[in-house]
Amino acid sequence: MMYMKSSENILSLKNILFGYDYHSPVIDGVTLDVAKGSFIGILGPSGSGKSTLLKLIVGIHNPWSGQILFSKYETDKNIKYPIIGYSPQVDVIDWSFPITVREVVSMGIWNKSGFFPWITKSSRTKIDVILKNLGIYGLADHQIKQLSGGEQKRVFLARALIHDPDIVILDEPTAGLDNMNKNKFLQLLINLNLRGITIILSTHDIDGIAKKLPWVICFNKSIISQGSPSTTLSESAIYRTYNLK
Amino acid sequence: MAIDFLFQPFQYEFFIHAIIVSIIIGGICGLLGVYIVLRGMSYIGHGMSHAIFGGAVISNIVGIGFYIGAAVWGILSGLLITEINKRYKIKNDAAIGVVTTAGFALGVFLMSTNQAPSRNFEALLFGNILAVTDLDFIIISIISVITISFIFFFQKKLLFTIFDRETAKVYGVNTGRIDLLFSFILAIVVIAAMNSIGVTLLAAAIIAPAISARLLTNNFFKMLIISTIIGIINSFFGMYSSFFLDSPSGATIVLFGTGSFILVIIYSQLKKFHHMHFHADRKHSHIHTHSEEHRHEH
Repeated sequence: MMYMKSSENILSLKNILFGYDYHSPVIDGVTLDVAKGSFIGILGPSGSGKSTLLKLIVGIHNPWSGQILFSKYETDKNIKYPIIGYSPQVDVIDWSFPITVREVVSMGIWNKSGFFPWITKSSRTKIDVILKNLGIYGLADHQIKQLSGGEQKRVFLARALIHDPDIVILDEPTAGLDNMNKNKFLQLLINLNLRGITIILSTHDIDGIAKKLPWVICFNKSIISQGSPSTTLSESAIYRTYNLK
Repeated sequence: MAIDFLFQPFQYEFFIHAIIVSIIIGGICGLLGVYIVLRGMSYIGHGMSHAIFGGAVISNIVGIGFYIGAAVWGILSGLLITEINKRYKIKNDAAIGVVTTAGFALGVFLMSTNQAPSRNFEALLFGNILAVTDLDFIIISIISVITISFIFFFQKKLLFTIFDRETAKVYGVNTGRIDLLFSFILAIVVIAAMNSIGVTLLAAAIIAPAISARLLTNNFFKMLIISTIIGIINSFFGMYSSFFLDSPSGATIVLFGTGSFILVIIYSQLKKFHHMHFHADRKHSHIHTHSEEHRHEH
């Protein structure tokens, strides 16, 4: 991961090329500037490379070529680099794993909560605050296998937020939710964005999510179009994104 | 008289020695087994023990220390499995099957062609606690301390890696290094347990306590404690019974592990049965305080 000089952009991707085997790139020449405080949805069908793009941004994969640059910015005391919060798709998680909600959220601050295996008092307080803010404090000691779909997403959002990130990257955070829970979750994200947190999420949901976001990127291996939903989600852009004839 | 009979084994120094070693090994196998079971790599204990057998035979023939050869071979096998899995998209179980069985086959081949092995390799295959020397006892104790320290100080990284590997990487956990350290710890635990339990039976000693513990609790830390205790109990009674039955220690310990697992299954079925009946009577009368969206099975 590299950093660039302070600017209004928190993140810049320059001509990113990446794939899982050398014959077929999954991400083909992506260039993108993400302004600080923006709220971006990456829209595309399954297999379009949305999750891969997010994994490249957070450093799970390294691009074959191109650069991913995070901007540093000045605070009162010193120069800071953006802190990243990440939440993967929940279907990669083993939900039968014997672990509580509090233990999952504590993973987000594993390196700030002491040397010993248990959760420290200060970490516990921090976790409780974030769980209260997300409306799941009552579930703190529940096993994760007891959670509903909406609760699972909130727990992972809590883990992504526990270390006070500047930028939160969420992979399909509303997949599998009914409309009511989808709207509730979206409202949570809007509130976070209003507090200045940059949010990038992936979705395949045009009507339920993409149309309600301030900025949408139609994506299928490369950026097809981007802008406000009213200008970006044109019939031709959607046809090209979803490989429809 | 009956009490004298029951305490008879403890009159022998070799037996006290053997039971202490068994308890230590049973405990650390139970402890480590939790991570192996939750990682979905139950086969690794089986594979690693077989691979290490090859290393042990080679080190003996070449004339380097048994522990050094076995440890190096074990770690190399672990690394090779990880690399095959990563580079060639071959699943872990298949990679383990190829790498570790090859190590075992090489060990058997060299053992049969080598005329005068200076170590009792049959004891390594099936376990013989009488083969444990004073040096082995010291090394087993050191290995236990290393294993417990590793679990204690790396717990957060280990748990994060096992639960959500990719995100752990994003949050600064060096998952590759954790894999390497875990392979190393598993290799040294296998080496510690080879003499008393034997490579062919070791996997059960690692897995059985952990899966029994998993059925008894949904709490990770309780699972660690219960699995360790079950491992100790199995080893104690396995070793104790082997004295009276004149049976191989490894096989007897593993049979106790299987027996305790069956008991736990019966217990959890009875508990489930009781729970269902209890709730069937009360499901319309007790108050739910769960939050919205929360699912609860009755």
